[in-house]
Amino acid sequence: MTLVLHRIDDRLIHGQVVVGWGQPLDIRFIVLVDDDVAASEWEQELYRMGAPPEMDVYFLNVDAAVAKLPSYRADARHGILLTGDIETMRRLVDAGGVASINIGGIHHRAGRSQRLRYVFLNESEESALRDLAARGVSVTAQDVPGARPIPLDDILNGVAK
Amino acid sequence: MSDGSGTTEDAKPTPRAIVAGHGDFAAGLVSAVDVITGRGGQLIPVAVPGLCAEDIEKLIRQRMLESGVKVIFTDLQAGSCTMAARKILRGADDAVLIAGVNLPTLLDFVFAEQMPAVDAARHSAERGKTAITVVGPKVGAGAAGGAGGVGDGGGGGVKQA
Repeated sequence: MTLVLHRIDDRLIHGQVVVGWGQPLDIRFIVLVDDDVAASEWEQELYRMGAPPEMDVYFLNVDAAVAKLPSYRADARHGILLTGDIETMRRLVDAGGVASINIGGIHHRAGRSQRLRYVFLNESEESALRDLAARGVSVTAQDVPGARPIPLDDILNGVAK
Repeated sequence: MSDGSGTTEDAKPTPRAIVAGHGDFAAGLVSAVDVITGRGGQLIPVAVPGLCAEDIEKLIRQRMLESGVKVIFTDLQAGSCTMAARKILRGADDAVLIAGVNLPTLLDFVFAEQMPAVDAARHSAERGKTAITVVGPKVGAGAAGGAGGVGDGGGGGVKQA
């Protein structure tokens, strides 16, 4: 099939991704794009053990991911492209082919303000998301499939808080 | 919270383990242990709403340092708490993580006060694996679709009654 979800989630592989989205979307592989994780065999092992045996997990840095995205999009199975931060996703958008982004979890950190229960952003991150939307990418927040996708404007305007 | 030792009414039980998981999982499970046994005070419930992976790790580590416990129970193998616990326990040979905890596991643990906590945790995990019973008509192996397997171990031992 293809990559059916492009998700930003700072917890990377965890219950919502593997079970919450993984089961209803019949996800068979995850492309985890993170420069730090791609450089750490131990962290890769940690995340790999969080996924069921029948789900492949590919760990790539951004440059490698950009090179391999066409093959993942041509994959006959359903997959999730997963990044831990907005900047990594922005670099993948720059490479083309990303029509929509799911914000699954950007949690509290110093300097960030709460926008949703599971979305905290600083000014720079808000600006980056606005930029992505201005380029035609659909940006919504939705932690689990059963929740309503919340448009970026509603997130940033505090409508959905 | 009731006195866990069962010896004096005012004596506070010494915490022996942390229970961490999604939502109010930990508080609910510890509450159930206390209702059933009066020994819930042996367990420290930890909830992690809205926290990033880094802060979950900090919180669990802080609870461990405060209490001196060497045992962590978590709800889901792919969960954020499990990921954090695995990072905390990396290289530690005097501590243990039990992922996929259920109520029978904790009941066994709180009654095994005569054992070192780490040994009691390992023992209780074995008890928990065998504590699931299915009551109802048997189904053909081919019709049991969807059962099991989302990276949550399980470990078998499900009894058909």
